[in-house]
Formats: sequence, structure tokens, C-alpha cells
Amino acid sequence: MSEFVNFYLFPALTIGSIYALGAVGISMIFGILRFAHFAHGDLMTVGTYGILAALALFPVNPLLLIPFGMALTIFAALFVDRFFYRPLRDLPTIYTVIASFGIALVFRSLAQLVWGSENQVFSTGVRPPLVLFDTFRVSVLHVQAIVSTAVIAVLLHFFLTATRTGRSMRAVADDPELAEVSGLDTARVVRWTWIIGAALAAIAGAFAALNTSAHPNLGWNLLLPMFAAAILGGIGKPMGAMAGGFIIGMAEELSSYHWIGDSALISPSYKTAVAFVIMIGLLIFKPQGLFKGRLL
Amino acid sequence: MSEQLSVRGLTAGYGGPPVIEDISLSVEPGEIAVVLGPNGAGKSTLLKSIFALTAISAGSIVLGERELTGCRTSVLVPLGVSAVPQSKNVFPSMTVDENLDVGTYAAPPPDKDATRDKVLSLFPDLKGKLNQPAGELSGGQRQMVAMGRALMSEPKLVLLDEPTAGLSPAYLERIFDLLLDIRQTGITILMVEQNARQALQIADHGHILVNGRNHSSGTGKELLADEDVRRLFLGGTAA
Repeated sequence: MSEFVNFYLFPALTIGSIYALGAVGISMIFGILRFAHFAHGDLMTVGTYGILAALALFPVNPLLLIPFGMALTIFAALFVDRFFYRPLRDLPTIYTVIASFGIALVFRSLAQLVWGSENQVFSTGVRPPLVLFDTFRVSVLHVQAIVSTAVIAVLLHFFLTATRTGRSMRAVADDPELAEVSGLDTARVVRWTWIIGAALAAIAGAFAALNTSAHPNLGWNLLLPMFAAAILGGIGKPMGAMAGGFIIGMAEELSSYHWIGDSALISPSYKTAVAFVIMIGLLIFKPQGLFKGRLL
Repeated sequence: MSEQLSVRGLTAGYGGPPVIEDISLSVEPGEIAVVLGPNGAGKSTLLKSIFALTAISAGSIVLGERELTGCRTSVLVPLGVSAVPQSKNVFPSMTVDENLDVGTYAAPPPDKDATRDKVLSLFPDLKGKLNQPAGELSGGQRQMVAMGRALMSEPKLVLLDEPTAGLSPAYLERIFDLLLDIRQTGITILMVEQNARQALQIADHGHILVNGRNHSSGTGKELLADEDVRRLFLGGTAA
């Protein structure tokens, strides 16, 4: 039991948290701007390197520097939207999708150019685990990631259901033409979509890099599971994307637990494939996802 | 306080050849005006043009003293114009209450709760369904939510595109009764309707378009009695 909690459940929930935070942005951008944002993983990378840069100036706990990463990511997202995506808005969405591939390459190459291509770690040394109920020994980072994501989920739910901006975002995601007829400020909604999506991507990037290490491919490597999470939750359903992130993360990690016999159910080297299998299965059998999102 | 809507020499379309040409009509404050005509006459295009959703190449649209031609859609709601599209007129995943609330965002009424109470008194059917997603409602109830959303900004003029399309006869009667109730509150209504006879019975004025141009206009009673109109749009029988 303790082995399962220590080595599978908490790491699974942590990976799930990272996917959840990234998938929210993907789902919101798809729901409101109607395109698959393939540079979202690389936005996470930008946030991660923003925190690394701040760490060089202020050597404190990296988690305290997440606002720097968020600010850099929000700026990058608003900048590319204004100068790259917005001019393509009236064209078929495939143009914007392809442009986002280009932006992904730009972000990755810039990170490589400025910070180099080698792995970088935020902190060295061993941090003692947190002991819960005298039985479970879990990483402090894992607890921080899971608790932060849970708090963000509650705040996001409140924002989307109880605030004017949040409800406007849901209205635009539901029906952009009717939102326009209702006089909603769609430009403001688009701006907030980028701000929230980018901020959460930076937080996801920080936890992903703290969990392993920072490298220019960090976000790109997480993109497909995050897309799987967004589809699982239902495109355009941010809270669904959160749930989808946790389900994909858990499915990936727990697939290598020795459920039957003594050996892993699926070799850990294949666990990323679990997300793809879930995504393909969903696209075939339940393309609207678990929370009745938009059809792709 | 309602104001007169004047459309003068309006020519508009969707980027290609004009769909409506040289259309003129005026709607008096606090009246129900109906636009009738065969399919493809340009009725919905006229409504969309007033709501800045088409490309206008000539003419003017004036509400009271205010020129609306060239105004963006998002500016029209604060100026007192609300619109209800024919289909897809509610936010399906949002609750009825949230749909009504969205109606206040572009032009917040001075007392939102009082406006909401007033709207719900017009549509009592919605009172028990405030927390239900609008997408789960029947067509008639969705139409009420859509009209309620449009009224939440306390407009001077409401544009309705075929409010009874696809509704059962029972709901059709309800919607026409509701339009009379809305007129009682002093709001001007301009609507496009396929149910010509019923629409003319409640309308103060009717305007008939054919092939994107003005054909005839008059009071509801005059048009119902007009031989030509009866033959073309009312099945040839006496009203």
C-alpha cells in the first residue's frame, strides 16, 4: 500500500496536475479561438526559462519566482496573438494552426539560443520527503503541485461561473456569433483567454521542470498528453480539461504498476503511449469527451 | 423611452451582389412592426443590416437622433438596440440565469435585480428553470430565454428574427401574446415573421419585401385587407 502511494499515486497525481494546468489553456484556446494551439507546450518552456532567469538574479525558492515566469509567458502569448495569430483570424483556422507550429519552433529555438540545449536543474541536493501518517513518504514538490492545482481548479471554477469575464468567456466558447450579437467584448475575452492559459502554462512548466529538469523540449514533449487531456475533458470545457489531465496522468503512471503478478502491467518506457491510445480511442468513440465539449 | 427607427435607401449584402436594395421604412416608438415577404426576399438581411452584421453599401439607419450606420455590433447594445437571432439564440451550456445575466454585460441596467424581476414577470415559465442549462429547454422556452436576454439591457428597440420559427401552435400563440406584453412596456419591436397572418394581427405596421426591395407597407389591418397581399402571402383567403 505505502509503495503504491509513495511511488505511483503521488507521482501520478503530480503528472496529472502538470497535464491539467497545461490542458486548461489548450481547451480554452480551442473553445474560444477555435484552433489547436500547438505552441502551448512551448509556452510552458518559456515560463520555465523565465523562472530560471529570475533565479539567477534572486536565488530564492523557485516557486516564489513563478510570477516572473507567468509574466514572461503572458507577454509572449499576447505578443504572438497580436502579431501572428490575429492577422490570420479571418482565414480558415488551419492557417493559425500551422502558424502555431511555427511559433512553437520559435519559442523552442529562442530558449535554446539564450539558455543552451543542455538540461538545467533548479536546485541541487536531496530534499527530505514529507512523512504522512508515519507511513507515507511523499515528495514535498509533489504535494505542492497537487495542492496548487487543486486551489487553482477551485479559483478557476469560481472565475468561470461567478465573474462577468468568466461568464463572457463561456458565452464566447458556446456561441461566438451570439456573443457578438449580445454585445460582448470578444477582444477582451480573447485577451483573458491568453492571460489565463499562459499563466497556467507557466505554472505547469515550473512544476514539470522542478519534477525533472528544464530543457528546451520540456513543453513540446508534454504537448500530446495535454491535448489528450483536453479532448478527454471535452474541448472548450476548462474544468473538463482539468479532470482530463488527472485521468491521463494517472492512467500513464498507474499503467506501470504491478497490478497483476510482480512485473509492471505495461513497461514504464511505453507509458506515454497510454495517453495516445486514450486519445485515439476517444476521437473514434467519444469525440465530445467526457464533459460534452465541442466536436473537433 | 423609445425612439423612432428610420431606415433610408439601405443597400446591403454579404460582400457579393447586394441582397437588399434601396430599402426604406420607419418604425414608430413603442410599436410592433413586422417585415414580411417570400423566402429570399431579404427580410433577415434587413434585420442583420440594422444590427451591423452585413456589409452596407448605401443608405442610412437612424434611431432617434443617433446615426447607427457604421456602428459596430458591440456599440449597438449600449445604444439601446437588442437582437434575437432566429436559431442558435441561447448559450446552451449556460444556465437560464446566466443567459439572462450575459444580456446585461454590454449595457448594464441601473438596477439589475429589478430588471431581472421585470423580465421574469414577462416570462414566468422561466422562473422554475433558472438553474437549468438553456440547451436542455424546449424550442419555445429557448425563445423566451433569448428574448429575456435581449430585454435585460433595457433596450429601446428589439429586433426579432422569426421568433416563432419551428414552434408548436401553442407556443406560437404564447410568443405573440408575449410580444404584445413587451410592447406594453414601451419597447419598440421590429420583427421578421413567416406566420404572416398572426403577425399582422398583432402588428401596428407591416412592411413587405420582394426580391430585396420594398413592395408595400401599411398598418396590420390594411395589409390583412389588401387583395394583393392576401393573394401573395396569406393564401388568398379573407383575413
